[in-house]
Amino acid sequence: MLLEIKNLHARIAGNEILKGINLKVNAGEVHAIMGPNGSGKSTLASVLAGREEFEVTQGEIIYNDKNLLELSPEDRAREGVFLAFQYPVEIPGVSNTNLLKTAVNEIRKYRGEQELDAMEFLTLLREKSKLVELDQKFLSRSVNEGFSGGEKKRNEIFQMAVLNPTLAVLDETDSGLDIDALRIVANGVNKLKRKDNATIVVTHYQRLLNYIVPDFVHVLYQGKIAKSGGKELALELEEKGYDWIKNGKAEVVNA
Amino acid sequence: MKEIKDINQYFIKQFDEFEESLNGEKTSELHQLRKNAINYFEKLNFPTLKDEEWRYTDITSLLNHNFSSDYNKTKVSPKVISKFLFDKLEHSLLVFVNGSYSAELSKLIDIPKGVRVESIAEALKNNNSIVKKHLGSYAKNENFFFTTLSSAFIKDGAFVYVPDGIVVEDPIHIIFYTKAKDKKVLTQPRNLFVAGKNSQVTIIEHYVSDDEQVYFTNAVTEIVADEGAVVDHTKLQEESSKAFHIARMEVDQERSSNFASHLISLGAEISRNDFNARFNDEGGECMLNGLFMINNEQLFDAHTMIDHAKPYCNSYEHYKGILQDKARGVFNGKVMVRQDAQKTNAFQENNTILLSDEAIMNTKPQLEIFADDVKCSHGATIGKLNDEAKFYLKSRGIGEESATAILIHAFASDVITSIKIPALRDYLEEIITKRFNQ
Repeated sequence: MLLEIKNLHARIAGNEILKGINLKVNAGEVHAIMGPNGSGKSTLASVLAGREEFEVTQGEIIYNDKNLLELSPEDRAREGVFLAFQYPVEIPGVSNTNLLKTAVNEIRKYRGEQELDAMEFLTLLREKSKLVELDQKFLSRSVNEGFSGGEKKRNEIFQMAVLNPTLAVLDETDSGLDIDALRIVANGVNKLKRKDNATIVVTHYQRLLNYIVPDFVHVLYQGKIAKSGGKELALELEEKGYDWIKNGKAEVVNA
Repeated sequence: MKEIKDINQYFIKQFDEFEESLNGEKTSELHQLRKNAINYFEKLNFPTLKDEEWRYTDITSLLNHNFSSDYNKTKVSPKVISKFLFDKLEHSLLVFVNGSYSAELSKLIDIPKGVRVESIAEALKNNNSIVKKHLGSYAKNENFFFTTLSSAFIKDGAFVYVPDGIVVEDPIHIIFYTKAKDKKVLTQPRNLFVAGKNSQVTIIEHYVSDDEQVYFTNAVTEIVADEGAVVDHTKLQEESSKAFHIARMEVDQERSSNFASHLISLGAEISRNDFNARFNDEGGECMLNGLFMINNEQLFDAHTMIDHAKPYCNSYEHYKGILQDKARGVFNGKVMVRQDAQKTNAFQENNTILLSDEAIMNTKPQLEIFADDVKCSHGATIGKLNDEAKFYLKSRGIGEESATAILIHAFASDVITSIKIPALRDYLEEIITKRFNQ
């Protein structure tokens, strides 16, 4: 098993947001986590990436036989965890290339691999930028600065392609995207899918799941997984709305 | 020395010794200038926190040391000086050791005819008319304790003169090297750079030491940019971390001249810079940028003034500071737009990053506008490194140190990229990398 979340409780500024999450993810799978606003979807993504504002009060996360919660955010990334941000951060003065070069080489160093030389790195960037149809000129621009919403999200998937994670968490990557950008982003994610990696897609809407087809769908409500099922669950949600879950008509099933 | 009231007498006594060391020079016009200065110095008060211009800068620790000039020509090998040269930079080099010019260590390349690049002592000896005309005309003694001290002890410094229409291609790198040994050395470089009409010159003033001794540099630099002249100036202050560095720069700009200065300040326990530029005629452009990176208990202070006395001039001022540990920074930037100075563009900004809870920054951007058709702005920010940006970098596998270094590079980048000399930009990037990403 690649990832196992057991009875995870987490809070921020004294408010408990996650109230006992259980989730198992195997390599080769795509999981969708859906739920109404405020249900804890983004909190779960943040806790996985190691955002420090969130305090884990109970439970554990086992990733690749390691206790994920004991790892710093950078070590999680070096172990192959990647978070595509809901709101990618603008960093003026730092070029995309510089960020990725430092990241790739720090990750390689951590894994005891040779650092890439300038030529190898440029070849990698060129190859991966095609995957998300990202213009080369973005490489020399400051990270996300002045990017449109769609460009920012494509840049996230581009970074994901370069860093080649084992577990990718996409936090509302679809929000605010027009249909063309959505198709490009989804296409990138699908091309990166392998037998030995897994993807968790956090989304509010079913729309993205037309393009990234999940193996499992989980509905998060009030900090717990209220219902789990196959891809058809997403369609059911689309049809019936989240009120169906809120009204307690769905039975709680833990995966 | 313990008492504030004693310092004037302390230096007046040194003046007598200084006079004796001068031998035959005592009758010159220059010596009259010195004597006037020492007489005036007697009446001046050592600056304290009670003075508005020194409100946040306590320099009374200067009184704990008995500083004196080094009149013996201290010898150092070229190897020592070579540490302070920039890679891949063709340049002329002037070297001063403990305040005195060293001909053996200096080297001039491709200097066009008529251009003077020499020690001011040499120029004074030859009765250079340019020096006579300009020296002391801009950095006036009035109410400046340390300028007056400098004027009383004028002896050596750098002199650059570029005649009308001449372009000096290679930068002139001036190194002020201080080696204190057992003595607490006072050096008082007195520099004069004069760029004639439509001339062009690039000058790097570089203050260095290679040990952690206590000494005192009191530098005064006067710069004249005549009509249409282009002067690019960098001051790189890398004094010993126990040194005192007090400096004044006065810039006189004639019609359509273009002056750019970058102050890069890293060293000294206490450093104070009074930088003033004045537009004497229309169409001038002035850039005063600065980058200070200080740690431990270092204190950095920049007091600047850009005087828009005439219309159609542009000024750009951007100071950036990075403070660690218990370091303290002071920025006091004044832009004066006089009634006559219509169509002025003046932009000023000061941004500081505090990397520790104990670091303190005092900033005071001031705009005084008496004209009514101008475009001016000023602002200041003091903050920490952006945590969101840091988390973003970490989430990509970049460690704490690298992430900090990347964000510091990014913060400093706009000041660094405005420096025209690539070798100097590389040098600064390397300093940041060394400091924040070991």
